[in-house]
Formats: sequence, structure tokens, C-alpha cells
Amino acid sequence: MPLLELEGVTASYDSVQVLDGVSLSVPERGAVGVLGANGAGKTTTLRAITGVVRAGGSIRFDGRDIRGLRPDQVAALGIAHVPEGRGTLGDLSVRDNLRVGAYLGKDKAGIARDIDYCLELFPQLRERVKSNGSALSGGEQQMLAVARAFMAKPRLLLLDEASLGLAPSTAKNVYQAIRRLREESGIAMLVVEQNANLAFSLVDSATVLETGRSVLTGPTEELRAMDEIRRAYLGG
Amino acid sequence: MGTFIQLLIDGLSTGSIYAALALAIVLVHQATGMVNFAQGAMAVLSGYIAYSLLGVGLPLIGAIIGAVVISFFVGALIERLLIRRFERGDEHTAVVVTIGLLTLITGICAWFWSYNNQLFPSLFPNQTIPVFGASVSLRSLGTIIVILVIMGLLQLLFVGTKLGLALRAVSINQQSAAFAGMPVGRLLMVGWGLASALGAVAGVLVAPQLTLTPGMMDTALVYALAAVILGGLSSPIGVVAAAGIIGVLENLAAVYVPFIGHDLKVAVPFLLIFVVLILRPQGLFGRKAVVRV
Repeated sequence: MPLLELEGVTASYDSVQVLDGVSLSVPERGAVGVLGANGAGKTTTLRAITGVVRAGGSIRFDGRDIRGLRPDQVAALGIAHVPEGRGTLGDLSVRDNLRVGAYLGKDKAGIARDIDYCLELFPQLRERVKSNGSALSGGEQQMLAVARAFMAKPRLLLLDEASLGLAPSTAKNVYQAIRRLREESGIAMLVVEQNANLAFSLVDSATVLETGRSVLTGPTEELRAMDEIRRAYLGG
Repeated sequence: MGTFIQLLIDGLSTGSIYAALALAIVLVHQATGMVNFAQGAMAVLSGYIAYSLLGVGLPLIGAIIGAVVISFFVGALIERLLIRRFERGDEHTAVVVTIGLLTLITGICAWFWSYNNQLFPSLFPNQTIPVFGASVSLRSLGTIIVILVIMGLLQLLFVGTKLGLALRAVSINQQSAAFAGMPVGRLLMVGWGLASALGAVAGVLVAPQLTLTPGMMDTALVYALAAVILGGLSSPIGVVAAAGIIGVLENLAAVYVPFIGHDLKVAVPFLLIFVVLILRPQGLFGRKAVVRV
């Protein structure tokens, strides 16, 4: 049984249909990419999973129907969402941002250990640990967003456009750290990414969305080889 | 010298009333990111609740504790039933709603308890003790001590507890707070409830001096807002210090600066705000918000 399974998921903003049958699944410890052009419904798919937008169809996590739950209830089940725009808590220090991520955690020693791990994973954050979130650069804020999500010790991480607005070298650094996080923690990941090369460096398989519908799913190597995918999303 | 010390202590005492209200405003702002203009009116309502509890035979301390507890739930309910509808929209709409709430609660108080002044007993004896040659009232000292203790507790709540961290997180970014598993709606209710309970303390501290009337806190609210601006919206210690400064300056200016006197003393805090905002727009103790994109 997959950890997360979406079947025929629909969603709309006001009266505009944005998702029109998205189906995908993420296995335990697996990493799956969601590819697609602007407006294909990638971000909305993640927002439907965490209950930010109302969805139709079926969304099952660990065998349980999670459609209709509030975002905090979804988080409590073990799904952490790294939102587009990073969601930095600007008036809180880096350390407090991480403590916010650990809100559901009960074990104080474990939280301290996790903070240490995050600071080791993202050494730039260690230097800024007392700074306010708003004083960080875009890349540092993205690292903080990933670290904050990790602090919740989720079983599934939803990652939305982690490279958006970052210099290519910074984006590569961020993805390297996420790859290491995946290897060391075994957290399953659902990765929305505009830059398909970055996505392919992290995921095992991917689903391609077109105007709110899943049109193609396959392992990374196959998708990478396909001409149309390359033309549409790899800029070549 | 004696007069000076007396003015100083009296100033700190009136300042601590402004401080209590200012702390409640800071609490709501820390928890919900919004300024509640009805905070004073809610404190008056709490005062009347304590008054009614006295009327049914509770001892003073019981009536005060009862009023504080009831006020917590009143505040939480106001958030849930009224403010929640406006939180998602324009902040200015929410501010206007709190001004409407101010008028509404004042009207409700007048309807139930009339506009007549009602006497309210003080927790502290009406005695004076000599301090450096001045006679200082125990009421003033008691009021100052209660507010200092509350300020300390609030600071501890915000920087030392998980609840405080959660309240701040919710006020900064509700979505990020929810993604971390925080029950945003419940935390907003708790924030308003705590502020309302704090306002109740301000209400019962000021009622013995001014006597209970529906408009009892109107002037105090103006000074409290001045303290909030002066001290910085994010700093409990800052607003208490600012409220103390306002209370003292106002008293000193009334006596020592001839052309100000008791009629113009209300202008003193505003003059102060004017100067401070020019020199330090984030308030004396507030943090500067830096936005980097």
C-alpha cells in the first residue's frame, strides 16, 4: 500500500476548475516529482493534500481518507508542507522558527538533537541562528523552511518550488541538502519543481500534470529520455 | 522634594493603569497581529461583572477572580463569533470593527448598569506610608506591584513557553503555524481570552479610583495606545516603561510647567509620541522590521 495515494482529485478556486483528475501515489520512503507548466495545478495539488483548498476525489494517507481535514490536523498525521514562498516567520529567530516546526514534538532532548542536525545540514543557518527570519537571504529562508518542516519529524514531506527565485548555485545547494536529508531520514517526498533537472536529481519517479490532470507517470530515467518531456519542461 | 516623590509615585500608579491596558493591547497584537480599540471597553465590562458578583454576595477577591475568569471566556467568544469573520480580510476593516465593538460594549454596560457612577471597593487599604518624606498611598504601590508582576509573567509567557511561541507564530503567519500542526483558531481564541482577562485586572484596579462608569476607560485607552506606540508593539517591558514615563511626565508637567497645568497635560504624551516617532519609528523598545526580498 502506498503511503500517499491521490485518485481523481479535483479542486477549484471560486468557480475556476484548477484540478480535474489528478492521480498519483508516493510509496513509503519514496520520492515522487510533480512536473508541469505554469498553471498546470502542481501547487494546488499540494494545497489539496494539506487541506488548504477543498478537494474532490480521493486522498488517502496511510490508508486513511484525509480529505476535509484542516491543515493542522493533516500536519498532526505526519505530513509537512514546505510552501511556495517559504512561509518564513519573519519576527522569530531562526532557532524559534525551528522550535515552531517542532510544535507537535514532545521530547525535548529529541528536539534539541533535531535542531543540531538541521544546523549541520544547513551550515549557513548555524551562523544566523539568532537572527530574525526576515533578515535571512532567500536561499537561507528556503533552507529554514525545509529545516522547519523536518523538525516536525514527518513521514511525508511536500516540497513546493524550493528553487524558486534562487541563484542556480544556491538552488543546487538546497537540493543537495534535501537529497542528503532523504537518504539519512527516509522521509517520503512529493516534490513540485519547475526545474525538471533539479527534480530528477531528487526523485525516483514523476507525474506530469497538464491543465489539472495527470497525463503521464513513470520512473525518472524514462521521463528524462522522452522527447516531449524534454521539450516541454527541460527547455531543450 | 516631598512633592516631587509624591508626584513620581502617583505618576507611576496612573501609568501602571495605562500599562495594564497597553499590555492587553500588546497581547492581542502579539497573538493576532491586530490592534483592539475595544480593549478599554472590555475592561469596563469586566469591572461591571466583578461589581455584579460583589452584588450577589461574593467577597472582593472572589469577585475579581470570577470576573477575570469570565472575561477570559468573553474575550475568546468575541474572537470566535465576531473578529474571526474579519481576520482574513483587510486589516483596516478589523480595526473599524473593534471601534464598533467599543461603542457596542459601552452601550451594553450603560443599558445593564446605567450611566451613574458606581462605587467599587479597592483591594488595597486606603492608607498612606511615608517614603523619603512624601506620603505615598498603599493603593498606588499595590497597583504598581500588581502590574509589574503581570508584566513579568507576560514576558515569561512569550519568550519562555511553548504557548507563547505558538501565539507569536500564529500572529506572524497563520499558514506556517497551521503547517506546523498548531490549531490556529483555538490559539486566536486563547490570545483574545488572555488579553480580556488582563483587561479585567486593569478594570478592577482603576474602578476604585475613578468609580465605575461605562466610559471609565476612554481616557485611559488613549494613554494606553500612546504607551503602545512609544514602547513598541512587540515589547511588554517596553510598553510598561513607556506607560510609566507617560504617567510621570504628565503629572510633573502639570505641576512644574506653568502654561501646561492640569488642562493641557493630556497633550504631553502626544508631544512625546511625536518626538519619538520622528527619532525612532519602531518605538523606544520595539524591534525594527526589516524586509528582505
